[in-house]
Amino acid sequence: MAKSEGELTWRDLEIGAIVTEPGNAAQYKTGDWRSQRTTYDFAKCIKCALCQIFCPEGCVQQNEDGYFEADMFYCKGCGICARECPTRVITMVEEKE
Amino acid sequence: MAKKVGMEVSVAIGEAVKLANADVVAAYPITPQTHIVEHLAELVADGELDAAYIPVESEHSAMSACLGSAAAGARTFTATAGQGLELMHEVLYVASSMRLPLVMTVANRALSSPLSVWGDHSDVMAVRDTGWIQIFTENGQEVVDNVFCAFRIAEDRKVLLPVMVHLDGFHLSHVIEPIVFPEQSAVDKFLPYNRYPLALHPDKPVTMGDFAPPIIYPEAKWAQEVNLRASKEVILETWQEFGQAFGRHYSAVESYKTEDAEVLLLTMGSFSETAMTVIDKLRGQGRQVGLVRFRLWRPFPFEEFRRAVKDAETLIVVDRALSFGGPGGPVCSEVRSALYGEAKKPKVVSFVAGLGGRDITPAGFEAIINKGIEISQKGSENEFEIFGVRD
Repeated sequence: MAKSEGELTWRDLEIGAIVTEPGNAAQYKTGDWRSQRTTYDFAKCIKCALCQIFCPEGCVQQNEDGYFEADMFYCKGCGICARECPTRVITMVEEKE
Repeated sequence: MAKKVGMEVSVAIGEAVKLANADVVAAYPITPQTHIVEHLAELVADGELDAAYIPVESEHSAMSACLGSAAAGARTFTATAGQGLELMHEVLYVASSMRLPLVMTVANRALSSPLSVWGDHSDVMAVRDTGWIQIFTENGQEVVDNVFCAFRIAEDRKVLLPVMVHLDGFHLSHVIEPIVFPEQSAVDKFLPYNRYPLALHPDKPVTMGDFAPPIIYPEAKWAQEVNLRASKEVILETWQEFGQAFGRHYSAVESYKTEDAEVLLLTMGSFSETAMTVIDKLRGQGRQVGLVRFRLWRPFPFEEFRRAVKDAETLIVVDRALSFGGPGGPVCSEVRSALYGEAKKPKVVSFVAGLGGRDITPAGFEAIINKGIEISQKGSENEFEIFGVRD
């Protein structure tokens, strides 16, 4: 997308507001829906990847040190990763931003 | 050469859709539209029309199947009436908002309850804001002609919108009329196949009817509105070219004996032909009366309408639908709105008549005109007059 959604005028839209660029939903920020965010105590992490498997948003990736971490651009703060984590690495805290 | 045949109007519509080479018909039968899709089913079953006929379980599904078909780039037709049109309601918005070039004939019918299969314009008026182009017809020839025009308008790259062609249930759908059918070659020439530019295809994936948060929804709706208004130019061009090719002419607002008319009657649909006989009779008595009709209902032809009525003193609008608890007839409500800001305008009198298939006879139209003139001069306590209801 050349322009962000906030810059598009009605003239810029395709007929019927059809989306012609496949996969551009990746540009849609869902992180601001969040009311809670993840915090991590990586000392307890066994790198089992269960949080990545269970994340319904598919936003959990390995960081440089090999630990699994949610991408805050997409994370909706559902807390499923925290609930599934077998070693209690993840704690959900109130989103204050 | 074009041939003239006597045929039931519903069957003639099926023949017109065949001549228009529709690829897909998805429909559910409902009175008084049934004969249209019944005949199309026969044509497909007999191999006379090379199309996919999709029998569905409801009108909601019929319109949904039409969406998919048009989105894939197929020339798509359906027909419905009354309750069926209402059951389609939410999908009608999707068709116009996704800018899909469908054509649908609507055999206008009253709405339940009490159950009525007979004609009036309650079904049309309930879908007037769905974003479809809407054309009214008065006889079988006009429906057939406008099926061809509707496909061409819908598929025009500048338009790409669905089109409803309205005909009165029973009063028009079930009568046998002489109809001139053009040659296949003439239809093909007038109606070349105009492929939908963003048709679904695995090589070029698109998302239709996608998600629009508040940051983009108003832009999408305004683009749709600008497009529907601009479609009028193509509609008028299409009728002009149809007239040149076939010798039958159509305009957005049709006028009959309106020159020097002090009193104008406004009607829509097949009852207009009855009204014409009354105008003839009154003109014969030296009375300055005329008739105007909306051929094009959406987009609303503001300029043409204002021009057609500006010199009259009285405009009597006959609605065949009731806006419950509102200003009376929906057509009259829009007429008043269109004229409100004009410096020179006729006094507008609103009648609601002919509900649920009740005839408006020549004597009825004459009484409406006379009562309308009286109200125009003396005023009335009522927002509108209900005509012909036993008290």
